[in-house]
Amino acid sequence: MSGFPILSVMLLVPLLGAVACFKASASAARTIALVATLVDLALGIVLWANFDIGGDQWQFTERASLFAGFQWALGIDGIALMLIMLSVFLMPICILASHSIEKRVGEYMAAFLFMEVLMIGTFAAQDLFLFYILFEAGLIPMYLIIGIWGGVDRIYASYKFFLYTLLGSVLMFIAMLWMANTAGTTDIPTLMAYDFAPSAQTWLWLAFFASFAVKMPMWPVHTWLPAAHVQAPTAGSVILAGVLLKLGGYGFIRFSLPMFPEASAQFVWLVWGLSMAAVVITSLIALVQHDMKKLIAYSSVAHMAIVTIGLFSFNTQGLDGAMIVMLSHGLVSGALFLCVGVIYDRLHTREIDRYGGLSINMPKYALFFLLFTMASIGLPGTSGFVGEFLSLGGIYQVNSWVAFVCTTGIILGAAYMLYLYRRIAFGEQKNADAAAMPDLNAREWAMLAPIAAAVLWMGVYPESFMAPMRNDIALLEARISRAQPASDARLVTGEAAPAAAEEEAAAHGGAH
Amino acid sequence: MEYLHSLSLVVPELILTVSGLIMVLFAAWGGAAASRAVSIACCVALGGAFALVAPSVCAGASGLETIAFFGQVRADAFAGFAKLLIYAAAGAALVVSSAYFEKRGAMRPEFPVLILFSALGASVMVSATDLIALYIGLELQSLAAYVLAAYLRDDDKSAEAGLKYFVLGALASGILLFGISLIYGFTGSTAFDAINVAMADGLSGGELFGLVFVLSAMAFKISAVPFHMWTPDVYEGAPTPVTMFFASAPKVAAVALLARLSLEAFGSQTAAWQQIVTFAALASIVVGALGAIGQENLKRLLAYSSINNVGFILIGLATASAAGAASMLLYLLFYVAMTVGSFVGLLLLRDADGNQLETFGDIKGLSTTRPALAWCLLAIMFSLAGIPPLMGFYAKLVVFQAAVEADLLPLAAIGIAASVIGAFYYLKFIKVMFFDEPVDRVQGKADTWHWVLLALSVLVISPLAWLATGWLGNLADLAAASLFIAG
Repeated sequence: MSGFPILSVMLLVPLLGAVACFKASASAARTIALVATLVDLALGIVLWANFDIGGDQWQFTERASLFAGFQWALGIDGIALMLIMLSVFLMPICILASHSIEKRVGEYMAAFLFMEVLMIGTFAAQDLFLFYILFEAGLIPMYLIIGIWGGVDRIYASYKFFLYTLLGSVLMFIAMLWMANTAGTTDIPTLMAYDFAPSAQTWLWLAFFASFAVKMPMWPVHTWLPAAHVQAPTAGSVILAGVLLKLGGYGFIRFSLPMFPEASAQFVWLVWGLSMAAVVITSLIALVQHDMKKLIAYSSVAHMAIVTIGLFSFNTQGLDGAMIVMLSHGLVSGALFLCVGVIYDRLHTREIDRYGGLSINMPKYALFFLLFTMASIGLPGTSGFVGEFLSLGGIYQVNSWVAFVCTTGIILGAAYMLYLYRRIAFGEQKNADAAAMPDLNAREWAMLAPIAAAVLWMGVYPESFMAPMRNDIALLEARISRAQPASDARLVTGEAAPAAAEEEAAAHGGAH
Repeated sequence: MEYLHSLSLVVPELILTVSGLIMVLFAAWGGAAASRAVSIACCVALGGAFALVAPSVCAGASGLETIAFFGQVRADAFAGFAKLLIYAAAGAALVVSSAYFEKRGAMRPEFPVLILFSALGASVMVSATDLIALYIGLELQSLAAYVLAAYLRDDDKSAEAGLKYFVLGALASGILLFGISLIYGFTGSTAFDAINVAMADGLSGGELFGLVFVLSAMAFKISAVPFHMWTPDVYEGAPTPVTMFFASAPKVAAVALLARLSLEAFGSQTAAWQQIVTFAALASIVVGALGAIGQENLKRLLAYSSINNVGFILIGLATASAAGAASMLLYLLFYVAMTVGSFVGLLLLRDADGNQLETFGDIKGLSTTRPALAWCLLAIMFSLAGIPPLMGFYAKLVVFQAAVEADLLPLAAIGIAASVIGAFYYLKFIKVMFFDEPVDRVQGKADTWHWVLLALSVLVISPLAWLATGWLGNLADLAAASLFIAG
């Protein structure tokens, strides 16, 4: 595969598709979009198959000095590979899920394909400014998707989404300019090994944090997410939850941690505190929602907090866990939004009370929904378990209190998800129209079955997904270990353990 | 020999002058019937001047060879770059004005002649290296502009715009002259390089006052806060093609002049004017953004948008560096493209009877009734908001890059954070066109030339133009360098 610019081709295919869709008729646009995304999926599989696990850190690199001051520089490591795979995997499903869109189909499909270009480009970019351009350009199609094809409050939601994320990003932009000026390069791999002065790192870290925390989203800047999710069309929600939220986590793992390890350690209390607050507060908020999409949106915030906890545990286990939670959440929350979309298409309401007893008339649907509910809770055997277990295991090595608080998120997660499932699928069939809904059709099968397979695969044999990332996570861990915060467990090895430490450890253990 | 050399340097201006004078005669004897021919001839003259300036820009002309008339003007690459933008913008204004004024029965041959003289004045402004030449250029440009603003004589708003523009412009000229006289009195010269030398040993009170007065007058000309009050009224009242001209050519000239004045004449006392420019930059960004939010009229909105953009350009000036000057030129280039594009877009908004539509209420749901126009305007608005991958982002990138390189981090951070406020009303533009229910008021047909101009502007700000950034960046660097290689 050497020499073939596969990443550029992966960007070009949906771009051409988007241009073609723009003027095409509705049915032609659907076909073009589906073909383009499937071609990209095929290219993605080729990419994965040719990815040399344990080989060079950066593979499939491309360099071309096309612009003033920065380069067209692409290349991926295992982390980027997995996120690109997630994107190309979800895109054809999103196109299928857009069946209920009747209004301006050509422009809709064009916006989605353009979105795919930007997402793949963001993960593959190896130049700071190229990354920013692609990262930020995603605002345009997303703004239009929410604003044109969204629900009742779509205008408020689209503004909130746009301005929140823009404000976060522009500060990061200034930080990037400063970095490029100081380090004299915009090459991301070089910058990842560049040691900025610790005092400068503090400001740079905060500027990047402003952007990634909003994108992630972390509590308390998460409020754009429920608004955007509820109003976006189903496919928009899937992309938003499945891939766009991963940009924040990707930013932390690609920029904040390796480029500013000292500052990351310095602000670890901030990230931990916000994550703990997010897990508990948003889970409780999710518990009282009447709108299905809002409930899942709040659960996303809680899951993303598990990601940040894993990332800022500064050890391999936590980093692995964070990546797996991101991939798993991409699949599971995407699938949950699809499940909501399936019944929304039939009854045109997201009100939980309007449904009930669906397992009687829609047994297949109820089965899929149950699987994804369990995956969201983190039942062993599903992808959710692997990620959350590793993340919490990682943080437990550093701080047992944070681990304790965040683990309550699993319990609360079980509470709100099972409560949701009970109200929708079990109980009496109190609404006649809901009881008359037909079960899944072939198109919906085609959407849900691949995700279900991926969720189970990741749950039973996560090694397939962790192997490509292993080297990169190890390198990252080696890079940030010098700033690792001290563990509160105060592990003592050897026989000459002072009695006091033993006592304290015992007292600490007793607290749990 | 010296005169011959000087004359050869100002050939573009000579062409404009001579053709302008001939056109005046044509206009006097030809009457209204000659207006189309005069328009075309003026376009040709501008095109000729453009073609003559282009080589000096590409070659990065600088140094002693570019000095003409014993240091009155200098035809270097910096002036050349600005002149190209001025001629292009003036040409665009001529192209769109015929249809506009013919519809109102007001097309007379003096209109293109006035545009030509205004462009000539602007051209003198950007090459001036002496306060007297500066003043002559500025007044020539302004006098033509006052008439242009009031060109629709039977229209109250147009007359009001002309009067406001004239009264306030005259006040600014007075302030400028007062400042010039102070500077002349305290430094003993009107030549930029001599002023620079005289100021190098510290700023006396009189010099400081002169500097502040001159900069205030310039702030009026570029409509920077706190001298921006005339802009919304004049932009709204003036006929739309004239507004398009005001927002582009004279603004480019005034910004370039301000840059040359600050960096050459006051170059030895950067600290004295840097804080003024910094304040004006931030104030313009914030006031331009906040003022636009409540506007219903699209021309007023674009007026505030131009105030906002001037703020970003001034950030480039506040760096007082060659990179800053280059970033100003690049910003101006994309600013002109966005301005021309947005005003041509406005001109295309006509109802079935050919009347101009210019409020938000008229463009509701434009994307379903007029998709091509709506998508072009969408690109321009996102570009103005500075959202990548459009070139408005590149313009902001170079400006903020210069600011960061000059260690002006707080200025950069506040400036860019305030740009988010600006994004709000550009988004409103898009929201109204794309999210609202269509009212289908835009019915009128447009001629090909409008579409050509719109397509050209959109092409300049489209992501394709990233491929040209290497070349453009190089040209701007050469042009900025010519400012600093003093003759």
